[in-house]
Amino acid sequence: MTRIEPNTQNGRPPGVTSWKGSITEAGTSMESYYGRPIIKEPVWQPEIPVYFFTGGLGGASAILSLAASAAGNEKLAKAARYWGAVGDNVSPLLLISDLGRPERFLNMLRVFKVTSPMSVGSWVLVCSSGASTTAAALELVGRLKPVKVAAEVVAALFGPLLATYTATLVSDTAVPVWHQGRHELPFVFGFSAGATAGAACALVLDPEDAGPARRLAIGGVVAENVAMGLMEARLGFVGEPYRKGAAGKLNVAAKGLTAVGAALMTRKRSRAAQIAGSALVLGGELALRWSVFKAGFQSARDPRYTVVPQKQRRAAKTAEA
Amino acid sequence: MTQVAEPTGNPAAWPDSYGEDAKPRMGFFTDTSVCIGCKACEVACKEWNLIPEDGLVWTGESYDNTSTLGANSWRHVAFVEQQKPQRLVDGEAGIDTASESGDVLRWLMSSDVCKHCTHAACLDVCPTGSLFRTEFGTVVVQQDICNGCGYCVPACPFGVLDRREIADSSHDPPPAFLGKIGDGRVWKCTLCYDRLKGGHEPACAKACPTDSIQFGELDELRERADKRLAKLQGEGWNGAQLYGRDPDDGVGGFGAFFLLLDEPEVYGLPPDPVVTTKHLPAMWTTAFVAGAALVGGVVAAFAGGRK
Repeated sequence: MTRIEPNTQNGRPPGVTSWKGSITEAGTSMESYYGRPIIKEPVWQPEIPVYFFTGGLGGASAILSLAASAAGNEKLAKAARYWGAVGDNVSPLLLISDLGRPERFLNMLRVFKVTSPMSVGSWVLVCSSGASTTAAALELVGRLKPVKVAAEVVAALFGPLLATYTATLVSDTAVPVWHQGRHELPFVFGFSAGATAGAACALVLDPEDAGPARRLAIGGVVAENVAMGLMEARLGFVGEPYRKGAAGKLNVAAKGLTAVGAALMTRKRSRAAQIAGSALVLGGELALRWSVFKAGFQSARDPRYTVVPQKQRRAAKTAEA
Repeated sequence: MTQVAEPTGNPAAWPDSYGEDAKPRMGFFTDTSVCIGCKACEVACKEWNLIPEDGLVWTGESYDNTSTLGANSWRHVAFVEQQKPQRLVDGEAGIDTASESGDVLRWLMSSDVCKHCTHAACLDVCPTGSLFRTEFGTVVVQQDICNGCGYCVPACPFGVLDRREIADSSHDPPPAFLGKIGDGRVWKCTLCYDRLKGGHEPACAKACPTDSIQFGELDELRERADKRLAKLQGEGWNGAQLYGRDPDDGVGGFGAFFLLLDEPEVYGLPPDPVVTTKHLPAMWTTAFVAGAALVGGVVAAFAGGRK
C-alpha cells in the first residue's frame, strides 16, 4: 500500500536535482503533479524475485533432466530431476506467502485466463511441479520407471514456459522498464534459468559427469548477458533504473558474479573451480532477478519514465495526423 | 484476445454476456472547470463505501493531503497552483487574469477517480476473476474472491488500484500468515455498484455541489462534454481539453472521463495511456520463442561434448 509522505523535495521525484537538466536529457520537457508517481509501485515482496530464480531452476532443470536421460547421462539426469523438484516445490510456497490473502491461494485455479500471465503461470506451475515431484519421488523410491519417464516428459514440456512466463508476467504491466523490455526480457529470464539449472547440477556432480551442465551454465551466462545488454541499449532513457540505485548495483553484481563464475567453470578438471564457479553463477542469477525486480519499482516511482515516452508517442501521433 | 487489443470502443464481453440484464454503459464526466475543491466527493465516497481512515499527513502540496488514488481513497481532488493565464485572447493572456505585474496565479482543481476503462488492464490480468465487468459496463473487484496477488496494482496505467493493509473494522481480520496482518485485498472505486443496482447515482456525484462530477449514460455524457468543451474554447479558456473521451485511444476510451484545463501530467495523469494487454499476443509469442531457445541451448550443451 502506498504510504503518503510529506513532500520534502519541492515537487521533484527522489534523486532528481533539477527538473530542467534531467528532462531535456530525454528530449522532452514535462510538468508533474508535485513529482508524485503516476502509476503504483508493485506490492510484491522479496518472495517474488526469489521465485523468478526458483521457477527458472525448476523449469530449466526439467528440460535438462529429460535431455540427460535421453543422452544416457544418468547421474546428471538424477541431479537435474532433484533440482527440478526442489525448484517446483519451493516456488508455490513463495507465491502463496506473497499473497495478501494466502488462505485464498486456491482461487488462482478457479479460472484459466490467457489474458493473465499469472493465471497461465499458476496452471503451468501446478502441472510442472506435480510432474517433477512425481519424477523425483519415483527416483527416490526406485519404482514405476515408465511413470517416472512419463512424468519427466510432462515436466520437460512445461519447463520452457515455466522458465520464461515470469518475464511475460512483469512485462504485462504499466511499469515502463518492464513493459518496454518485453522483447528481450523472456530471453534474459530463459537463459538465466538455463544457467541456473546448469550451475546447480554442476555444483553437486563430479566434473566428468557435469560436462553438459557446465556448458549450459557458461552458455546461459553468455546468452543472458547479451540479451540483457541488448535490452538496456534499446530501452535508453527508460532503462535508466538498471544503471541507478539498488537495481543498478544488483545489475553490476549480476554481471560480475556470472562472468567470474562462468570463467571458473571453464576449468574442466578442477572440482574446486567447478564448485566455486557454480556458486558464483547461482549468486549472479539471483542478483539478476533481483535487479529486474527492483528496476520495476524504481521505474514506477519516477513519473518521468511514464510521462516522457508517452508525450513523445502522442507528439508522433499528432505529427502523423 | 483480439477484443483486448482492438480499439472496438466497446468493452470485451459487454453487453452481450448479460443478455436481457444488460444496462446502458454508465459513467462519469468530471468537468474540472467548475470544480471548487470542496472534497465533498472524497468524503461522500468514504462514508458510503465504509472506507477506513489511512493516516493523516500534511503534505505541504496546496490543499491536497490525499495525494493519490489508492485502496482507501477512491476519489482524489488534485490542487494545482500555477502561474499561467486562465484565459487567452488571440493567444495572449486574457482579460480576467492579466495583472500589471504579470504575477498571475491560477488554481486548478480536479476530482480524480477510477477510469472504468473500455479495455481494462486490471480486469485482463486478474488471475482469479475477481475483477469483472458489470452489467453497467463498469469494472468492479469482488472482495470475496480477491486473494491479494497484487497483479492489477502495477498493471493499471493510472495507478488507481492498491492493496489495503489496514484491517477492516467491520469484519474479522483475516488469519495471520507468516506474520502478515491487515485486509490484504485490492480495492478501488466500484462506481457505487450497489447504488446503481438500486437506481441511485454514485455518492460522489450526488454530493458534488457544482455538478463538476456528472453521472449518466456514457454516450450522453460524451455529447454533453463536447458542447461544454466548444463553449470553453470559444471563451478562450487556456488549455481546455477532453481527457479519455475518445474511444480510439489506448484504452478504448474511459468510462469516467474528464475535461481538463492543462495537460494530463499536470494533474498526475498519464498523457497517452495504453492498456498493457494490447501487446500480450506478441509477448506470449516471445515467451514461447525464448522457451524454445532455452531448449535449443540445453540440446546444444549435450551436442558440444562427449556426454
